Amino acid sequence: MTAEAVADRLNAAGIRADARREKSALAALTAPSFVILGLMLFIPVGWLFWLSFIEDGAFSLENYTRMVVEPAYRSIFLTTLELSVLVTVLSVLLGYPVAYMIAMLPPRAASITLTLVLVPFWTAILVRTYAWLVLLQRRGVVNSVLMSWGIIDEPLQLVHNFTGTAIGMLHIMIPFLVLPLYANMRAIDRDYVRAAASLGASPVTAFFKVYLPLSIPGLAAGTVMVFIICLGFYITPQFLGGGRVTTISMKIQQNVATYFNWGAASSLGVVLFLSTILIFWGFSRLFPLRRITEVGGS
Amino acid sequence: MTAGRALPITVRGLVRRYGKVAALDGVDLDVAQGEFLTLLGPSGSGKTTLLMIMAGFTRPDAGSVKFGNVEMVRTPPHKRNLGVVFQSYALFPHMDVAANVAFPLTLRGVGGAERERRVKQALEQVQLGALGGRRVDQLSGGQRQRVALARAIVFEPGILLMDEPLSALDKKLREQMQIELRHLHRSLGTTVIYVTHDQREALTLSDRIAVIDQGQIQQIDTPQRLYEEPASHFVADFIGDSTFVPVTVAGGVARWRDVPLRLPTAPRDGAYLLVLRPEKLVLGGAPDLNGIDAEVAEIVYQGDSVRVDVRLAGGDIVTLRELARAGRIAALPPPGSIVRLGFDPADTLLVPAP
Repeated sequence: MTAEAVADRLNAAGIRADARREKSALAALTAPSFVILGLMLFIPVGWLFWLSFIEDGAFSLENYTRMVVEPAYRSIFLTTLELSVLVTVLSVLLGYPVAYMIAMLPPRAASITLTLVLVPFWTAILVRTYAWLVLLQRRGVVNSVLMSWGIIDEPLQLVHNFTGTAIGMLHIMIPFLVLPLYANMRAIDRDYVRAAASLGASPVTAFFKVYLPLSIPGLAAGTVMVFIICLGFYITPQFLGGGRVTTISMKIQQNVATYFNWGAASSLGVVLFLSTILIFWGFSRLFPLRRITEVGGS
Repeated sequence: MTAGRALPITVRGLVRRYGKVAALDGVDLDVAQGEFLTLLGPSGSGKTTLLMIMAGFTRPDAGSVKFGNVEMVRTPPHKRNLGVVFQSYALFPHMDVAANVAFPLTLRGVGGAERERRVKQALEQVQLGALGGRRVDQLSGGQRQRVALARAIVFEPGILLMDEPLSALDKKLREQMQIELRHLHRSLGTTVIYVTHDQREALTLSDRIAVIDQGQIQQIDTPQRLYEEPASHFVADFIGDSTFVPVTVAGGVARWRDVPLRLPTAPRDGAYLLVLRPEKLVLGGAPDLNGIDAEVAEIVYQGDSVRVDVRLAGGDIVTLRELARAGRIAALPPPGSIVRLGFDPADTLLVPAP
């Protein structure tokens, strides 16, 4: 039957019109968010991008060459990278067992525990950061307890430095790791580990040969999320770093607020943005994220 | 892969409670070396719990499970040397077919050419010789089932446990796989414990069937004895499409209402249920058959056969089946007719009234 013949058939035109109407209704519903995204994100970002190539009203690459040439910038990049890697690795080590435990709990207990993990999300990051300040400072709770138990004689320098920044960020990041990982683990059929055991795998072997590989997609999703958020983190290093830790986002803020140098700030923003995209792309090539939902299915 | 390594199983006093509910309530079971035994029962009967305890995935509260002469009840699953086929197949999605089948061999230190040879042999035994390089998600349901089977037999376990392995397949493939499983069991000689809720599957595959209900074995027998001589109302009801009508035995004579029924052997006096199965019943019938009067209620054409529902005095509806052969359908009496329902005295089966 030719296409023309079908077109003339009973109700064909009306049915096609219905399909079109459904599509345009969907488009109308999503249009507002697209417009807002376009106006509020792409235009300002595009403008900043353009600014980063302007110096004294003319096109210039100075904002970018400065990053390569000046040692101060190199140490900022290094600090940000070190902090992000450390916090990401610790998040994985601490978060994986938590996600695993929640995934193994019966549904009711699992949802309660998951809520406990999520409670910090309901509190502002600033509040949590100040809470850490209270806990970690020289005469803070942690030092007092350690000293009263005789474990230490002098208060430890736990805050206003790299250590304090890492502790505060770790606390904020762990839920970002646990959530995607838990979702992945929940979808892993328990029969896989049972099958491995029946075939002769000890619990440790079954974990490393079967469970861990099946949880890699969720682990990768959580890891990349934590790492990317770390790269652009501002509040915690600002308040717990005590001026000894300078991250890229802090330098951006400095460039804008102290030096009014929008070009320098923009160029850092562009570099941060591009490296984020690059990391995300690299990860998605290594671990196809879409497979999270497929594992354990069927 | 040969027999000889097959092990008998001895289960004694197995108890498993979930809260106040007893999933298993003192189960004793003897499975002979090389026997194909099916655990058959409705969902929640305890059959899967029994299998999971044998596999070591569930801890019983008390009891003994021996493979051969070795007590296994406290042995972790990876040291039981069992082949297990799961309902979900549980093929590892991050390994290809050959790697899945090679997994138990690798764990046992079998490598190189020997491992390759045995993987190939196991895949050929389940007629999947050419698919070793496929990813698991490229396989059909039937092929996955075969890979799961190959993986469970490749290390030559003495005992094979199967938990509803065919339930995800469509009817045609399921019946084909049942025949293949029969053949595979014969060639391997392994002791097989098979869980299903499908009575026809149990009848097709098993040397013996254990019917389980409420955490206890209700009857354990060969398929034929189980079907022809069920010991209780539950077993007679669970296996076959039975209708039950009340019968009393007094002075060695069984009667349905006032109609006397001839029996192969007369049971003790008391209240019984007469088991009426569609394939044992005829309309009309010779005088040497037992016969009771009935009214044709409904005739339903079902392709291979015609289902005829008749109503007895007292209102019980009894179903019989007439094979759809030439002339037979047209000859059936129309609804409303009074007919005689005939059945052979040798097929006249009573079970104790519950």
